[in-house]
Amino acid sequence: MSDAQAAHLETSTGLDSRKLAIWTFIGSECMFFASLISTYVVYRNKSTVGPFPHQSWTDPATGKVVEGVIEIPLVTVGTALLLFSSLFVVLALYGAQKGNRKMLLGWLGATITCGLFFVGMQVYEFTHFVHKGLTLQKNLFGASFFTLTGFHGTHVTIGVIWLITMFVLALRKQLPPENAINLEMAALYWHFVDVVWIIIFPVVYLMQ
Amino acid sequence: MTAHATAADEHEHGHPTPGTYTKVGLVLFILTALEVALYEITFGEHAGALGDLRMVFVPALLTLSFAKFALVAMFYMHLKQDSRLFAGVFVFPLIIAAIVVLALAALLAYHMAFAQSGG
Repeated sequence: MSDAQAAHLETSTGLDSRKLAIWTFIGSECMFFASLISTYVVYRNKSTVGPFPHQSWTDPATGKVVEGVIEIPLVTVGTALLLFSSLFVVLALYGAQKGNRKMLLGWLGATITCGLFFVGMQVYEFTHFVHKGLTLQKNLFGASFFTLTGFHGTHVTIGVIWLITMFVLALRKQLPPENAINLEMAALYWHFVDVVWIIIFPVVYLMQ
Repeated sequence: MTAHATAADEHEHGHPTPGTYTKVGLVLFILTALEVALYEITFGEHAGALGDLRMVFVPALLTLSFAKFALVAMFYMHLKQDSRLFAGVFVFPLIIAAIVVLALAALLAYHMAFAQSGG
């Protein structure tokens, strides 16, 4: 019996404590993001000056018309990438549990790539918004938008770093089937980041 | 034979097979496409193509999001197969989170109604 299995059997619940810990953490994160999403919903249409998410706005100082900053096509691509990455990581986990190293490395690499593209999309979007005049201090929409999506982006970045760590372990052959729980915890975190985006995408980008 | 092997494999390990994961992925992709299509025919370039959908837009969008959320939680996060304790640890804070969102929405609606009445 491996150390990982022995540690699992010693728990009073009969469940793996590490898995229970990550689920408890995810539960607490639900409340964290609920607060941020609620704050966004309350503040997004309370801005007295633009730029606004969907409506155009004329800057009184320059007379310049600024169109709504939200760009649906770009974010839709990002959303699809994050959804696909959830599929890829669960296939990587399946490979890890079956001892299929090729499957594990291939799908984990695909997940990391999708995650990096998503972060890149968000960096591009933030830069684009700032060029349009929307900053954290500009109005209530900017403050609540950057706080919510910024925290989500930070979570995605942490998830990518975690998955890269798993990828390196797999490359070094240090992720055998009995230690697949290590990847399962990272995958659970990654899926959580995905489900948060499933809420953020319609609430922030589609609803007007 | 393959179908039997897949079913047996799924039963033995308690987790879905790659085939199931892929089907769920496809459904998630379709639901996302529906969300964007709904936006397009309500507010986008094709607004009004199917009439005024603004009244049903938000409920439809929330329903689609909830379906996606449930699919990921049940199949990808394995809540359908894993111990109910994990589901409880996840769902209980989720209920509190939903109450927080609803309470703030209700508070906002009350303040808006109060402001409009000139209070």
